[in-house]
Amino acid sequence: MNTRNVHRRAPSTLLKALASPRYLLSAWPWRSLAYVLTTLLVGGALFLVAIPVYMPWTFFVSMIGTGTSTGELTFAFLSGLFMVLCFAPLVAIPLGALERRRLYLVMPGENGSGHRMPPPGLWGWIRTRYAEAATWREVAYAAVMFPLVGVAFLVTFTLASVTVALAVTPLILLNENETAIAMAWTTLTTPLEALPYALLSPLVVALLLYSCGAMSYGHGVIARALLVGPPKEELRAELDQVTESRARLVNAFEYERRRIERDLHDGAQQRLVALSMDLGMARIELEEGSPADRRVVAAQAKADELIDEIRELVRGIHPRVLTDRGLHNALQELADHCPVPVTVETAIPYRLPPHVEGTAYFVVAEALTNVYKHAEATAVTVRAHLASGDVRSVGAVQGAATATLTVEVTDDGVGGADADRGSGLTGLGDRVAVMGGTMGLTSPEGGPTRIRVELPCGPIPADPTP
Amino acid sequence: MRTDSSGPDAVTPVPTVLAEDGVLLREGLVGVLERFGFPVVAAVEDGEALVGAVTEHRPGLVVTDIRMPPDFTDEGLRAAVRLRQENPGLAVVALSQYVELSYATDLLDSGDGKGVGYLLKQRVGDVREFASVLRRVVEGATFVDPEVVRQLLRRSSDPLERLTARERQVLELMAEGHSNGAIARKLVVSDAAVGKHVGNILAKLDLPPDDDIHRRVQAVLAYLRTQSN
Repeated sequence: MNTRNVHRRAPSTLLKALASPRYLLSAWPWRSLAYVLTTLLVGGALFLVAIPVYMPWTFFVSMIGTGTSTGELTFAFLSGLFMVLCFAPLVAIPLGALERRRLYLVMPGENGSGHRMPPPGLWGWIRTRYAEAATWREVAYAAVMFPLVGVAFLVTFTLASVTVALAVTPLILLNENETAIAMAWTTLTTPLEALPYALLSPLVVALLLYSCGAMSYGHGVIARALLVGPPKEELRAELDQVTESRARLVNAFEYERRRIERDLHDGAQQRLVALSMDLGMARIELEEGSPADRRVVAAQAKADELIDEIRELVRGIHPRVLTDRGLHNALQELADHCPVPVTVETAIPYRLPPHVEGTAYFVVAEALTNVYKHAEATAVTVRAHLASGDVRSVGAVQGAATATLTVEVTDDGVGGADADRGSGLTGLGDRVAVMGGTMGLTSPEGGPTRIRVELPCGPIPADPTP
Repeated sequence: MRTDSSGPDAVTPVPTVLAEDGVLLREGLVGVLERFGFPVVAAVEDGEALVGAVTEHRPGLVVTDIRMPPDFTDEGLRAAVRLRQENPGLAVVALSQYVELSYATDLLDSGDGKGVGYLLKQRVGDVREFASVLRRVVEGATFVDPEVVRQLLRRSSDPLERLTARERQVLELMAEGHSNGAIARKLVVSDAAVGKHVGNILAKLDLPPDDDIHRRVQAVLAYLRTQSN
């Protein structure tokens, strides 16, 4: 063990050690032995603690085939099920925590649990724990523990007894009173006869250590499969992927909105204006006030209404003014179209990335709609300002990479808005979260209501070419 | 509203350059312009070509869409502003799909603010009114779409809130460049009543009383602009 060089390094895992001829010289057999012995201790404790959970099952199993009525069988079964569903997690969760620590003996490495962070409070803990797969995998592990402990106990007890018996036989025969000891296939009478057998005992010890290694490995594999959540790097990589794809979706969405806006603007709207103009030209030929002229006037009025409607629609999708003139003007336009008086104050020294502008606009539009619908407000203030990031290149988006845009919409209405009760606020939160931003809402009964959103102005990966 | 100059034959032709990227609309506009005494000497589809055509033809009027290729933002407007800086006397009417105050102010800031118009595209449906606006702009008037003024009036600012409904109407018409007489005819009130309203408005907005209609419009618009920023 102490001669550590490149060619003869100690095996790095239990499995490699078992396959290597140097197994008995490494630390692994002793670690395995320690693991098996503690397994027996834990198993004993579990046997006591889990009595209420497995008792009904022992009844149930013992009743089978003894002519017990179906009703009683059913009752035993259901009560067993009830105990498992209610109390098994309470036993299995601490067991899982303990077992993950013990697993370090045979499988060092990151053995994190697969549990989620529960919300604060007892109820939150119960709701989370009883609903997640990690808990029920721990329950399954607790059930598997019984046979594992049984096997471990049988093997270690047998081999340890044989070792002791072989080792002490010559000593016993030295005793005058003992005349003979029956071995499996022969009877020993003198210590000398027994000596070869005593020399066998180290072999049995070796066998014991190998069996401990094999059992520990098997147990460890089961424990890891049932108790250990996916490693953190893997989760992080997955999360990164999800975040990225979500950002791509949002970008695609923004791009799509711009495309729809452009199609409506350059297609339908233009053609309607042309139509209205044709009707206008037709009127020149008509006598004013004649029935034909009145029809044409009515048709023109309809076309104009349609143009107005499409303009409103476009404003909801992706306002042109946002693309052309930036956030301040777009917010001002929103304010102009809100029936409640709105004051707009902005401090944004340069153009922000399109997705930030789009989100900020969407937040304010949604918030103003809410105010108008629910708040009974008489005044609204919209504030948007950029918290100084690294503005080395003013006028360019790069400067915005570390900046944060804060948008606040405050109204003096009745208050009592609740982000969890729909009302469009949930959608706002989602939209902001995608950008890696945060949203806060304060709305006491009686007002004022304030929605505050912070959006990081960093780049979003994988921008589709507009 | 009908003006005396709406007849196609009673007016001097004004050679016009038109910039509009939509084919349908361009054809329609050419028809309307020709019909009302604005012979189209060049019809183009982007800002670059507009500047080129104006340099070549020296028209009396430019009618341009604000949003044109290549990047469909405000290149029509930028071209118009550039043309007016080089040639302040050039009459320009910009057409916009939606009301954007900053477009109007950019135009009004170019040259001396005379002989410019900013109006919503859909106004061209009322062809006679459209022609009369063109005519007024060519004669040096300033025309801003009523919707712009309405939007400004909707903004909460104390002095504007002090105006009565009637005064607001008068202010809108003033901003459109109408004389006191024209406002009186439109609202069917006496000239004296309009004069009183105008006096009240100017007093409420702290503007100097002034007889020159353009200076007055400029003053009102300048005031509205300060309110918008």
